Amino acid sequence: MTGGTWKHAPGFYVGDRPQVVTSRFQYEDSYTLERYLATDGYKGLRSALARPASEIHDEVRNATVLGRGGAGFPAGNKWGLMPQGVWPRYLVVNGDESEPGTYKDRLLMECDPHQLIEGCLIASYAAGLSQCFLYIRGEMALAQERIAAALNEAYAAGYIGKNILGSNFSVDIVLHWGAGAYVVGEETALIESLEGNRGMPRLKPPYFPAANGLYGQPTIVNNVETLANLPWLLNNGTAAYTAIGTATSPGTRMVAVSGHVNRPGVFEIINGITTFRDLLYGDEFCQGIRNGNDLKAFVPGGGSAPWFTPDQLDLPFEASQVGPAGSMLGSGAVMVMDSTTDIPRAALTLTRFYAHESCGKCTPCREGGTWLERILSRVVDGKGTDADLDQLFEVGESICPGAFPHASNEKLGIAAVPFPYRMNTICFVGPSAYAPVHSALTLFRSEFDARIVKRTMIKVTAVSE
Amino acid sequence: MARLTEENIRHSREIIGRYPKARSATIPLLHLAQEQDGYVTNEAMAHIAELVGASPAEVFGTASFYEMFKFEPIGKYLINICGTMSCALLGAEELMHHAEERLGIKMGSTTADGKFTLERVECQAACTEAPCLQVNYRYRYRVTPDHLDTLIADLSAETLVSEIPSHGIVASIRQHIPADRGVGAVAPELVTENPVWLDGKAAL
Repeated sequence: MTGGTWKHAPGFYVGDRPQVVTSRFQYEDSYTLERYLATDGYKGLRSALARPASEIHDEVRNATVLGRGGAGFPAGNKWGLMPQGVWPRYLVVNGDESEPGTYKDRLLMECDPHQLIEGCLIASYAAGLSQCFLYIRGEMALAQERIAAALNEAYAAGYIGKNILGSNFSVDIVLHWGAGAYVVGEETALIESLEGNRGMPRLKPPYFPAANGLYGQPTIVNNVETLANLPWLLNNGTAAYTAIGTATSPGTRMVAVSGHVNRPGVFEIINGITTFRDLLYGDEFCQGIRNGNDLKAFVPGGGSAPWFTPDQLDLPFEASQVGPAGSMLGSGAVMVMDSTTDIPRAALTLTRFYAHESCGKCTPCREGGTWLERILSRVVDGKGTDADLDQLFEVGESICPGAFPHASNEKLGIAAVPFPYRMNTICFVGPSAYAPVHSALTLFRSEFDARIVKRTMIKVTAVSE
Repeated sequence: MARLTEENIRHSREIIGRYPKARSATIPLLHLAQEQDGYVTNEAMAHIAELVGASPAEVFGTASFYEMFKFEPIGKYLINICGTMSCALLGAEELMHHAEERLGIKMGSTTADGKFTLERVECQAACTEAPCLQVNYRYRYRVTPDHLDTLIADLSAETLVSEIPSHGIVASIRQHIPADRGVGAVAPELVTENPVWLDGKAAL
């Protein structure tokens, strides 16, 4: 009933590739301190503590450890955005994985919680963070249990808390858990939620919580996978890390491929090098489209990402190429649609998600998302009119004015839309509701037209006295 | 039904003590209340407000934002079926229809015997194992209508109680910071100096 190489790591497939964050998945007891210590566990922390904190920060900066949450911002640079001389500083770990298609942080938390904890400790040491909050999505019961047990073990063994390993480095790691809200994955909403409030994103600027975050203090918000990279980096060094992948996208990244492929799964791939074609058709990855069908379209980077078609299959997992091509790598989630897919209905499943998850703070998203969902739903049910399709674009324009990133923009003579694109909302939930609608309508207009009921307009004339 | 029990008050104080500001404990405490009663009662929210130094309206304001909190009794087993793209592409709609027929209720409602509540939910982060569902936040992967029938039969016969606790209990392992190991939370305004280890390398 479960795919994957090992039952205890559902969906994960190992391959003949470097393993930076998944090397312990092979062990059934990968989540225990005993196994962690037997496999180089907490060695990275030990070596970090023997060096000045600033040197560790430089190492993370030089290795260009890219953020794995969605925006792909380098972690070392993010840490460097904190103002000098303002104390205390906090670390908030974003474990609220809920972007449609994304399934990797949960695996990392369930299968190797100590690796994440060690990553938190290294980050706290390097950046001078005095308390760490591990925010885990509320619905992930097993991940919460595994992290709680790992924290208890690590506290008892002296890896967390006062005077870690007998040094003058002290930090508490607090397990915090949410209660079901996608928008809380946005870093300022995550902080609001951690302060005990409704999880609504904060007005920007400031753009980064590094300047003003939890309790108004400098705060680093890092994704689970980003931090999980740090122990390996410290154990093996920057040269070994940057030897994997490309100069602009070093290391590996976790990618989940779901939908109409023969072998959906989670893979640790080589950053910047592995292409979408490798991933969808390669023997060590998804082994082709199901039933030998043709590929119709795929979402390259989570539900918020504009769609790609077979034309973009040869792009590698490299932000500097995927961005100009009209989409984004986002959170490492590829969703595949084969030739049998009902495109308007597929787009609706994503737009409904974002309409449902809008926090309601910005009108264009709260109203616009719902409008998109209702109109699209009407079209899918065969009750739409000609005006509905134009209206979808019009509502989308009110969320994201101007050109919207899209794979076929080049063919249409539209210049590449740089990220972040223009939007009338303070976070990306609104634009995300529009992305599937815009992609589906632009790429597969005929499928929508076929659903439209032709109606004759009745001219209404004002009644004069 | 009601305010938090003595044991939960003790546990609440332990949780509150981990944060630089008490209000941060609001969501964990709401989970504790839901664990105690199966849903979050008005009395519990008033009690949490006292504990974290907020008004009951503020606590309800926070609670009502999050989908996991229920404000009236629901079934012992909450079955959440995912309907987002990856699951939808692989038969989530059919699974939902089947669940509705099998239990004789619509999505969002509870069976008359109070045993099952069905909900259509959004992405549960198990997209490669689609279609997926959760029973009281425990996963079931690649679920077919037949699997669902077996699951419902097992839940009805209470043969899965060791794996799936009643609704309200999410994680059954809790963090505990030993008093002699914890650094302790300090209000941010009381911290004025940089952490000692930043002055050079960590003194071992």
